[in-house]
This record gives sequence, C-alpha cells and structure tokens, in this order.
Amino acid sequence: MKVKYFAWVRERIGKAEETIEPPASVRTVEELIAWLTQRGETYAYAFETPRVIRTAIDHAHVRNDAAIAGAREIAFFPPMTGG
Amino acid sequence: MTGLVTIRIQEQDFDIAREIAALSHGRTDIGAVVSFSGICRGSEGEDAIEALTLEHYPGMAEAEIKRHADEAMARWPLQGLTVIHRFGRIVPGQNIVLVVTASKHREAAFHAAEFLMDYLKTSAPFWKRVDGAKDKNWVEAQAHDDAAAARWKS
Repeated sequence: MKVKYFAWVRERIGKAEETIEPPASVRTVEELIAWLTQRGETYAYAFETPRVIRTAIDHAHVRNDAAIAGAREIAFFPPMTGG
Repeated sequence: MTGLVTIRIQEQDFDIAREIAALSHGRTDIGAVVSFSGICRGSEGEDAIEALTLEHYPGMAEAEIKRHADEAMARWPLQGLTVIHRFGRIVPGQNIVLVVTASKHREAAFHAAEFLMDYLKTSAPFWKRVDGAKDKNWVEAQAHDDAAAARWKS
C-alpha cells in the first residue's frame, strides 16, 4: 500500500510518500503506527505521540481502530490547521 | 432547484467580488449573499510573520470540502456556495480562504458560511507553517476551533 506523510510528520520522517508491505498481523491504523515506529529513529520521532496523529484511508478521515485491509492509500498527518 | 457548488484549491489569489458575482449575477432567486475571507496576518502575538506556507493533501482536500459543501446544501436552503482555499506561500495581507454562500434569506447563508469555515479549519487537510525571520514553525491546532466545529453536530 502507498503511505503519505504531511506537514511535520513528513519532515520528521524525511519523505512525502513510500510504498510499504506490513505483515498480515498488522490489521488496524494503531497497529500500523506501532509497526512504522519500529522502522527507525525518524519514524519513532514522527510517531512519538500517537494520539496527536491523524489518519486518512483513501482520502477519508478514520479513527485509530479502523481496519487497514484493502486500503490503497493511507496518510498520516498532524491535526489540521487550514482555513 | 439544484444549487451551484464551486470548490477550488489553488495556488493563485482570487478576486472576492468576481466570485460573488459568479454565484449571484443575473439571478433573482437569491436574496442574501454572505462571504467570509481569511487573510494572512502580519503577526502572531509578539512574533512577526514573514509568510505562511500552506501545505495540503491533493485529492483529499477537494473530497473533504465537497463532503461538507454537500452537507451544507442539504442542511440549509441554499441557492449555491463557493469555497476557495489557497496553498503555497502567502504573505501578510493576502487572501488564504474564501467561503461564499447564497440563499433566499440571510439566516441560511450566515449559518452555512460559519459551518463551512468551522469544518474547513478542523477537517480539511491543510497545514499552516509560519515562516518567521529566524525559524519556521507549524501552527498548532486550537481547541477552540474543535469546539466551534463540534457545535454543529446535532
């Protein structure tokens, strides 16, 4: 699946998007964040406070317990500050 | 009748008068037009702002605004609405966002414009970075913006 990062999440990880293949045991957004956190210091820094991270699956906001099965694109970003 | 909904995410500036005219010109079924424009300030507290840099999530930004535009159209008797949100570098005094709503009577247009702005701030995937003279800082989300959006949940 494709993963995108925005704002300071993007800056901390050091890339805007990538393609990942998490193991089948990673089923929810929360588990995916935990799995990404293990990938290295930049990820651990970006996800150091998981409760502030917002997630979208295929362009729609989802909660942390949402299933990731079938997702084409998952995005992680800070709380929004537009308008 | 079906209302006119226009949503644009763009880097370039917009002309408020032209956008209002595009929504209401030549129509006799509109009795009220409300417009809100968000403008880049030159300071935040004591700190000077050189510019804002607006980042957005292409595709989702349009989808999320469309979702709330549809909700506004369903919730209030509107003849139409326009939402324009800019991205990229914006300097103090320049426009950031525009919401225009049109209805027969003012109440629907006022309420819908406020509803759209409250949701734009908390739910549309845009992020502001303040570029100061010394450093660049991402703007933190405000609890009062969440509270403003929450009051529309019925």
